Amino acid sequence: MSASIALHAGSLERQETASTREPAWVKVVLVSVALSFFSVFLLLPLGTVFAEALRKGWGAYFDAMVNPDAWSAIKLTLLVAVIAVPLNLVFGLAASWAIAKFEFRGKRVLITLIDLPFSVSPVISGLIYVLMFGAQGWFGPWFYEHDIKIIFAVPGIVLATIFVTFPFVARELIPLMEAQGSEEEEAAVVLGASGWQVFRYTTLPNIKWGLLYGVILCNARAMGEFGAVSVVSGHIRGQTNTMPLHVEILYNEYNYAAAFAVASLLAVLAIITLGLKTLVERQTRRQLQEIGTPSGE
Amino acid sequence: MASLRRFSPLPGFGLAMGYTLVYLAIIVVIPLTAVGAKTFTLGWDAFWAAVSSPRVVASYQLSFGASLLAAGINVFFGLIFAWVLVRYRFPGKGLVDSLVDLPFALPTAVAGIALATIYSQNGPVGKLLEPLGVEIAYTPKGVLLALVFIGLPFVVRTVQPVLADLEKEVEEAAAGLGASRWQTFCKIILPHIAPALLTGFAMAFARAVGEYGSVIFIAGNVPMVSEITPLMIITKLEQYDYAGATAVASVMLIISFVLLLIINGLQGWMQNRYAKGA
Repeated sequence: MSASIALHAGSLERQETASTREPAWVKVVLVSVALSFFSVFLLLPLGTVFAEALRKGWGAYFDAMVNPDAWSAIKLTLLVAVIAVPLNLVFGLAASWAIAKFEFRGKRVLITLIDLPFSVSPVISGLIYVLMFGAQGWFGPWFYEHDIKIIFAVPGIVLATIFVTFPFVARELIPLMEAQGSEEEEAAVVLGASGWQVFRYTTLPNIKWGLLYGVILCNARAMGEFGAVSVVSGHIRGQTNTMPLHVEILYNEYNYAAAFAVASLLAVLAIITLGLKTLVERQTRRQLQEIGTPSGE
Repeated sequence: MASLRRFSPLPGFGLAMGYTLVYLAIIVVIPLTAVGAKTFTLGWDAFWAAVSSPRVVASYQLSFGASLLAAGINVFFGLIFAWVLVRYRFPGKGLVDSLVDLPFALPTAVAGIALATIYSQNGPVGKLLEPLGVEIAYTPKGVLLALVFIGLPFVVRTVQPVLADLEKEVEEAAAGLGASRWQTFCKIILPHIAPALLTGFAMAFARAVGEYGSVIFIAGNVPMVSEITPLMIITKLEQYDYAGATAVASVMLIISFVLLLIINGLQGWMQNRYAKGA
């Protein structure tokens, strides 16, 4: 199962003729239903975040940002993403190279295993690391003796984040690389290119937009993850609070303006993510049109 | 490793495959087996006591009931969204198409506090509903609402490409043979997109069952009334009942795995079916 959205290179619109057109009133009703649902369920929550954040004015908004606890939460969130995203990027490249360019037994099972983290509840994603590294966990006592803290510390947060963002890059690249086949790479090998040269000059230019898209989604989830991180963090202010956890604490203290102020930063991240996604999709579509590949996969 | 695969002139299989398997084992497979191992140390009676206490059973009813209902609502509205995005032009279409994915991109805690604020008594929508006697925040209805929010993109994004690929000629032929637009929809279009709708439903359901962040703020978390199953795991963890938490987690994991297999099966069905038509 893919919890992320596959990149759609083909056109998602159709030209209609008279016999495939509904009466005008049907169109009006359907579009109105969609727009109403869109306004209430999607626009309103997004708007509420910014409205509540600025309810007490810009002064209070910036005060919430420069608060030392907020600042350390921002730094921790960035740190976690800087570690988790590149690790999953390297994994995604390795996995998609092995899966898309070679035939081997058990491929479907491997893909299912890679997808697993998407179908596991975030809470369980945190729990499994508590069972591994917690005080009573498998490796907990050993790490305790060596004075290394994993649970209720930054390494646990990083691990839980890597788990929940594990499939993103691989999931984007595998179908893309499978669709492109390996003729170009084989030609490059025959012409004497080294393994690195094949990847750098043949594969990478073909997958760069899909790769970028996977990284964008991976990053958004890494910075926004709440459930899994909440289980392993211990909520120590100024030390193990990421931005989403800081939002929770402020909200539970009825400090709504500050909670929404920090939340608004995460909402901006979400909007940037969606903007980049739209851009990448447009880019892929253009690339395909230039090559003249049919839009269907 | 080499004996497992057919010959290919490309380099790097051993390295890429080896790295993939090691990383997969360390991050995913070994930690997940910890749940199984811990559950087995419990013994049957302790396991059963943990997973069948009334409060936990009430949470299953809420989690699975609300998730089913939410996924159903998502199928209905998701189909309308996919339909208008593929077939109609209307003002704001670009914005709608981009923002449909908002529930994926917006961190769940942010969605959670926003929804809780909107539907609380003083919120913009809660205020309107209060005189009508409708309470959403801090009731099971709030849970349902949050699950509808997070599930919508699954249905829209699975149905949209299938609907776009549907050949116009088939519909024209139906119209030519005297079918009304409604008949064409029921007999031609709906059967064609049914696997996609079902896949979207299963994905939305699977996501909803495990969802935590967007739900807990609006749920109010009243024992026996509005506690979801993931929250029960957290509650047990906070009481240092690791065994109990793991037992409930193992029940959820088994259900997730079954759902994953069903979804994979559905996707295989979709691929075969749409490959034939193309």
